Amino acid sequence: MSELSVNHLLGIKYLKESDIQLIFETADHFKEVINRSIKKVPSLRDITIANIFFENSTRTKLSFELAEKRLSADVINFSASQSSVTKGETLIDTVNNILSMKVDMVVMRHPNPGAGIFLSKHVSASIINAGDGAHEHPTQALLDSYSIRERLGDVAGKNVVIVGDILHSRVALSNIFALKLQGANVKVCGPKTLLPKYVESLGVGVEINLRKALEWCDVANMLRIQNERLDISYFPTTREYTQQFGVNKKLLDSLDKEIVIMHPGPINRGVEITSDVADSKQSIILNQVENGVAIRMAVIYLLASKIKQ
Amino acid sequence: MNEFPTFVLLNVRRIIMGQKVLLSSKEINIILHRLACQLLENHLDFKNTVLIGLQPRGIFLAQRLCKILQEEYNVKHIDVGVLDITFYRDDFRRSDKPLEATKTKINFLIEDKNVVLIDDVLYTGRSINAALTALQSFGRPSEVELLALIDRRFSRHLPIQPNYRGRQVDAIDGEKVKVMWKENEGEDIIYLINR
Repeated sequence: MSELSVNHLLGIKYLKESDIQLIFETADHFKEVINRSIKKVPSLRDITIANIFFENSTRTKLSFELAEKRLSADVINFSASQSSVTKGETLIDTVNNILSMKVDMVVMRHPNPGAGIFLSKHVSASIINAGDGAHEHPTQALLDSYSIRERLGDVAGKNVVIVGDILHSRVALSNIFALKLQGANVKVCGPKTLLPKYVESLGVGVEINLRKALEWCDVANMLRIQNERLDISYFPTTREYTQQFGVNKKLLDSLDKEIVIMHPGPINRGVEITSDVADSKQSIILNQVENGVAIRMAVIYLLASKIKQ
Repeated sequence: MNEFPTFVLLNVRRIIMGQKVLLSSKEINIILHRLACQLLENHLDFKNTVLIGLQPRGIFLAQRLCKILQEEYNVKHIDVGVLDITFYRDDFRRSDKPLEATKTKINFLIEDKNVVLIDDVLYTGRSINAALTALQSFGRPSEVELLALIDRRFSRHLPIQPNYRGRQVDAIDGEKVKVMWKENEGEDIIYLINR
């Protein structure tokens, strides 16, 4: 297979296992490209991409922009805070206005779950979801799995634990879908208040003891406490959270194996992981960032190849 | 199908599909030796020359030529790379079939080197055009030459000609030249196929 089964990347939920493999194989080629001295290919020279961000982002926005530029696409950036959205324009109007300037693809981050799906039904451009509320963040899950594959050779059969605020995390949901699709075993770990009620129905295990979870896993994906999304108090204090669910070097050294540590960023050093863990050999946090560009190049390239002239 | 030997199946295909043998294994071997000698004549010890086979089908030819040069003409070392041109092609989103990328592997610098691009069939010249663009990502070569086993003259869309050619062929657009290699298809043979 050499073509994606979808025309938009709205979530991992809509992908097939073969789509993920195709994205990974294509990303392998782009990873080689971005490690050359001239890191650019001319494939998308006649494609224009709009990055529309209704929510703050550094890594994802930079990564997408870099991926687009490495593919020679024309890029326009749009942040909701500096736009007519504040004057009361609707999402469809905003996007249609941008599309009438002949834009082929839209990369969108939005605080509302399902914003990408909604948009894909109303506009003609190809949509990439760069995070929609607490719903999905598909490219993050793809680059996480890709980084596991790179470090451990394969994702299938591996034990992965996702630690932290699962309830508010789009990274967690997309990761669960992606990992299950590829045949990994997944557990979630965190304070009971931050675990969704029916999370087991997604086929994942629940563990509230961090040490037990780490003893079980090959990979631990540490999530940030999203203070901006915590409407009520979900745990007594940050200090108590760190004592129960923070990973430090002592804890890792006391395990009888060396597990891989991941983090989607931004890190709150000293809260979910300590600095010595984040900067250790076990951590692949910076590999994730590098792979993010290759994965996004692959997704954009594969979706762009489906836009007919 | 498996109980039939390969040559029986190939012969059946020859009759059904209207394909003609352009070059036999023996003829290919003679041509490869001639091409190797021509390369040797211009590049002597290959100290400043690199061979780059184009993916997917030029790589067998590049490897074969390298083997002949090393084993039969005692060239000590030749840098051989493989170049994938998928992301440089000019028919992205224009062809019905999606373009599938393959591996690029150039583990050496081509800055100030003599580069010999190697492909099995030279047809419209568009692949070579893409390859020339792709090469720029690896440095500025001092000279680029082109070697093609089969040169389909009269089919060019661009002003590109080979420096070394195995055999010139007059084939119409409805025909296809298929080069098969022992390493891949079990036999060195070149067909002219009616599409």
